[in-house]
Amino acid sequence: MTVSDDRAGAAIAVDLGNTVDRDDVAEDVANIVETAGRSVKSEISVPEFDAAQERHAYREMLLIRRFEEKAGQLYGMGFIGGFCHLYIGQEAVVTGMQMATKSGDQMITTYRDHGHMLACGMDPKGIMAELAGRRSGYSHGKGGSMHMFSVEANFFGGHGIVGASAPLGSGLAFANKYRGNDNVSLTFFGDGSANQGQVYEAFNMAKLWTLPVIYVIENNKYAMGTSINRSSSTIDLSQRGASFGIPGEQVDGMDVRAVKAAGERAIQRARAGEGPYILEMLTYRYRGHSMSDPAKYRTKEEVQKMRTEHDPIEQVRVRMLERDIAGEDELKDIDKQVRAIVNEAAEFAQSDPEPDDSQLYTDVLVES
Amino acid sequence: MATEILMPALSPTMEEGTLAKWLVKEGDEVRSGDVIAEIETDKATMEVEAVDEGTLVKILIAEGTEGVKVNTPIAMIAGEGEDASAVRQPISTSPQGEEVAERSEAGEGVGAKSDSAPPSPQPSPPRGEGAEAAPAAIVMADPEVPEGIEMIPTTMREALRDAMAEEMRKDEDVFVMGEEVAEYQGAYKVTQGLLDEFGARRVIDTPITEHGFCGIGVGAAFTGLKPIVEFMTWNFAMQAIDHIINSAAKTLYMSGGQMRCPIVFRGANGAASRVAAQHSQCFSAWYAHIPGLKVIAPSTASDAKGLLKAAIRDPNPVVFLENEILYGQSSDVPRHDDWVLPIGKARVARAGADVTIVSFARGMTYALEAAEVLASEGIDAEVIDLRTLRPLDMATVISSVKKTNRIVTVEEAWPVCSVGTEICAAVARDAFDYLDAPPTQVSGADVPMPYAANLEKLALPNAGVVADAVRSVCYAK
Repeated sequence: MTVSDDRAGAAIAVDLGNTVDRDDVAEDVANIVETAGRSVKSEISVPEFDAAQERHAYREMLLIRRFEEKAGQLYGMGFIGGFCHLYIGQEAVVTGMQMATKSGDQMITTYRDHGHMLACGMDPKGIMAELAGRRSGYSHGKGGSMHMFSVEANFFGGHGIVGASAPLGSGLAFANKYRGNDNVSLTFFGDGSANQGQVYEAFNMAKLWTLPVIYVIENNKYAMGTSINRSSSTIDLSQRGASFGIPGEQVDGMDVRAVKAAGERAIQRARAGEGPYILEMLTYRYRGHSMSDPAKYRTKEEVQKMRTEHDPIEQVRVRMLERDIAGEDELKDIDKQVRAIVNEAAEFAQSDPEPDDSQLYTDVLVES
Repeated sequence: MATEILMPALSPTMEEGTLAKWLVKEGDEVRSGDVIAEIETDKATMEVEAVDEGTLVKILIAEGTEGVKVNTPIAMIAGEGEDASAVRQPISTSPQGEEVAERSEAGEGVGAKSDSAPPSPQPSPPRGEGAEAAPAAIVMADPEVPEGIEMIPTTMREALRDAMAEEMRKDEDVFVMGEEVAEYQGAYKVTQGLLDEFGARRVIDTPITEHGFCGIGVGAAFTGLKPIVEFMTWNFAMQAIDHIINSAAKTLYMSGGQMRCPIVFRGANGAASRVAAQHSQCFSAWYAHIPGLKVIAPSTASDAKGLLKAAIRDPNPVVFLENEILYGQSSDVPRHDDWVLPIGKARVARAGADVTIVSFARGMTYALEAAEVLASEGIDAEVIDLRTLRPLDMATVISSVKKTNRIVTVEEAWPVCSVGTEICAAVARDAFDYLDAPPTQVSGADVPMPYAANLEKLALPNAGVVADAVRSVCYAK
């Protein structure tokens, strides 16, 4: 049986039969990918950035990309162990959302978290040192890539369990409401998490209690190696709150301007006491799920198409040149500065010692 | 100078691979993110992306080369304005040449993962006795009840409620959430009256979604609030155990001591009456197993009040195991709103010389009953109420066993890997020379709880079984 679905502006054929036709799946995914690169909520035009905003977005996204490339390289050298989930391709999501926040707002996400920490203003040296399991890492080497936190930067992790950030982030929002402040919790998770039961338990309570939380679903189309069509009965994730009365919208997650604009609307709403909102960011990760994933479940052409046509950083770069915000030289300078920061972080991480053996038993409990 | 591209490790276990294909040739310009080569391991084919930009000036390892060790230079990139001729020549001998070895040494474990691995665990890693027992060693004894304080007969249910109410009056950050805690006044009436006094902001009815509301409680605790999350019974907390363990218990450690989780998870634990397998289970061993948690299981109203207040004030996540059968039982509680007991300290409930009986929660009922019967037979039993299951107060248990030379543990939980198992093992290890009989466990039967009244009775311990076990270790008839 085949059901045609016309949501999100893409004609999507979902095969509900027992056997999945690989070609059909490939085509479905191609259709979804198509939606990632354009403004989905067409009635809202994407506002232009001013020069400072373009510069900021460019630099922030470039920092994430270069940082992640370096992390991938250090992983390849055996310097980073375990799992390492890179954010390359998705930079506009967290950068745009961060640009929509004010001081005091919180962020929490899953294990693809390096970009979020950089966007929160955490020190690249401390992040890289943690990736390498070194003593000056944010968790003193005890957390690693997937488990990092900064009380100071209002970054609440870094959680390794798929779906866990949804109730935890709702709990941050609960605390905001309990305390009567106007902070908003930006709760990130992926399309994979979006099928977890606890997400819906959280949605229910967030709406019931009018919690100031924005659920940012980073839909990069693949839950590890399973494409959204093969994992999800409905693929417009922005409507997953409909049963609970939580509104949502799809956003071109490759366009940092669209992300910021949608983020601002949602945050303003939550700050004004109107409760939770869902932003489904249509985005894409260029790399595999983790470093050991050869990504055989998608074609090279698909990845290449996203990179060449919708790259979030390239979009800003081209605009900056076209609008005479910056010339090639200035862009090169920014690139140089970013590389210097990343290289410094990498060198720091490599020279920083491992945690002292005596640290094995510390931080298990707060000693009162 | 030019930058080397190294053979990457593509998984935590990869040591070498085949350089299957070059997708660029010497002289090509490469940019960050360009796929430049393909590498095959025994598991997969992976792409290698360039990290640096510039001209690929030299390919050092030809495509098709097998067994290329991780971290071997495979190509050189020269940046803008760099002299490509300065690039050194390819390593002519084996790709695992000396220079690579040097890099591994200089680079602090780069490419030599076994060297940089954490120190291997000691043959006998320290357990409760080591770091964990350290706090127990400095735990204070129970405070004296101040002179002139009235003792009030109180049910455990009321004592628990009073503990919460007193702490909520004292600290605005304390709130209680759970199923039926507010308008219904508590499924077991433990939260009776709290809604009236504190209002719906601080006494919060949740939907029947343990996983979700437990996670919300933990998230709130990350910000410094002090939630009391009530599970109607601990059976239902299995839906939420991921947040109790993965989110609450581990975050302090995973954050290098930055992010605290001051939260109390409480509710009825263990066998009730005639509710069968899914509603009758003791989770003591489950939570006592977890580093990062404190676990409390009181048997009297006074302990329940003093320890719940301590749990609420504690900066760590605390699992508080109550017992439905004990909710209605009364004991004297000091009329004192600062009656706080030390977590991690057992209580000698009955002093004796001939045998040590160690128990907690409802097991204490059987232990004390058995001790009375045994006294009439001339066996003088010392009964210890653990009260806290993590950290375990082994010092009190061991010192008692050194005096009595015999120990029987009593609990309603299953016998395999239980609190009793842990205590017997610790006694065998730390008081071996003092023992005159094998450490002996009395526990629930190793079966799911049956419904039929007669079978249910057989599945739980009682005073008679405890007395028999004591007679056995005393070699009495």
